[in-house]
Amino acid sequence: MSQEAQKVVKDPLLDNNPIALQVLGVCSALAVTTSLATALIMCVALTTVTACSNASISLIRKHIPGSIRIIVQMTIIASLVIVVDQLLKAFAFETSKQLSVFVGLIITNCIVLGRAEAYAMKHGVGLSVLDGIGNGLGYSVILIFVGTFRELLGAGKLLGYTVFPLISEGGWFTPVGIMLLPPSAFFLIGLFIWGLRAWKTEQIEKAEYRIHQVHRTEVL
Amino acid sequence: MSENESYEIPNMPTSSHRKPSPFLGIGNILRLPNDSTVKTIVVALLLCLVCSVLVSTAAVMLKPFQLKNKSLDKKRNILQVAGLYRAGRNIEQLFQQVEPKVVNLATGEYANEILPGEFDQRQAAKDPLRNVHIPSDRDIAHIKQRAKYATVYLVKEQEEIKYFILPVHGYGLWSTLYGFVVLHNDANTVYGLQFYEHAETPGLGGEVDNPAWRTKWSGKMIYDTKGTPRIEVVRGTVDSGKAESVYQVDGLAGATLTSRGVTHLLRYWLSQDGFGPYLQNVRNQATGTS
Repeated sequence: MSQEAQKVVKDPLLDNNPIALQVLGVCSALAVTTSLATALIMCVALTTVTACSNASISLIRKHIPGSIRIIVQMTIIASLVIVVDQLLKAFAFETSKQLSVFVGLIITNCIVLGRAEAYAMKHGVGLSVLDGIGNGLGYSVILIFVGTFRELLGAGKLLGYTVFPLISEGGWFTPVGIMLLPPSAFFLIGLFIWGLRAWKTEQIEKAEYRIHQVHRTEVL
Repeated sequence: MSENESYEIPNMPTSSHRKPSPFLGIGNILRLPNDSTVKTIVVALLLCLVCSVLVSTAAVMLKPFQLKNKSLDKKRNILQVAGLYRAGRNIEQLFQQVEPKVVNLATGEYANEILPGEFDQRQAAKDPLRNVHIPSDRDIAHIKQRAKYATVYLVKEQEEIKYFILPVHGYGLWSTLYGFVVLHNDANTVYGLQFYEHAETPGLGGEVDNPAWRTKWSGKMIYDTKGTPRIEVVRGTVDSGKAESVYQVDGLAGATLTSRGVTHLLRYWLSQDGFGPYLQNVRNQATGTS
């Protein structure tokens, strides 16, 4: 893999994470992370959609009229999401029931459109696919982190297997109820961002009164 | 609009003697500047065509798998709610223990002329010939119309009915909840309640699927001594000291409207508008024969 390609895949994991740094796609990160299994399926679905939409948009990028480019991108993304939703309903019925509306809502996930507009419109197919995979993985890092803590502390389980036996089932662990509610995902993502920025200090944003000097083109 | 000056002859093949027209071929159109009106329309049309073919192919090809999943899921839910489900066993085989029957809701009699395998209650509810419009003042479950008939599932033990499995549905917060309520053979005591299809918020209203909450239904009573459905999902937890606690189930935290929807759909379907006449018949027969 060339250096460029490696950078495209690795950068979104921690250095330019779509959720932690760009703060995109937070809604679904709150909604599907009550258990690790649903979070994992959501990660796979989103990564697939981002990679495929980046590929198709990059493929036709030289022929997309500027005036309708967002609609073109949205149409491609929406079609891919419907296909993914149909596939889940056919082959992973249980999980698709749990994910319910949130698979469909990948359409509105800012990460997918963000990558299409910011990257796939300007780069070749190969790199765009890698960029889609990279950003999908960056999203996955956060979802897996949040999903692990929420399921473990909220239900004492991981992937459905009991780790901490609950008091109600004769064990010792009192589940933390708030972990099953959406706000806990906010706290966990906040803690993640705090940890990440303490480690990688270059991600700390400049003070507010200087914000007009900062131009981060990647942010939509 | 700048296309008038910008897409002129230079883009056309010079060797061609045909009149320049937008219908010359896809190659020529793709050579037009991206912002020309013709190209914009052609790109939009082509994209829509490709996407619609993709989406409809996926939908058509995967439909058989999805229908099979849905039917198996419904059967599994019936087995689960009746406590007959055994993980790893063949669902179709286990389902032999359950006897589907079609009931005429108005009279409460079995409609033996309708085969349960051919009767689709949801289709019938939409068919003006086979449905009943529910007046809005009685429509507490917000379903507007229902089929004249309903499929009930009986679990028998030595020819005696052990459980009645009744299909119920009604509106929650975002979606119609479809499920089954299982009654003991007194046609009053709840054995279980389970929803197999809904789109309530996961983690809040979606907790109707939570096994811990579902176990709270076991042993609750539907009717009071006058035969009025009293079953209710309350806000907060049930005060077990009170007399009416036999009709009450703990509410779902953060899901007031879904909880209320569950109360209403049960009360509707178990009232005289729903399975009331049928259950009354069943009770009369039981007292008549024993």
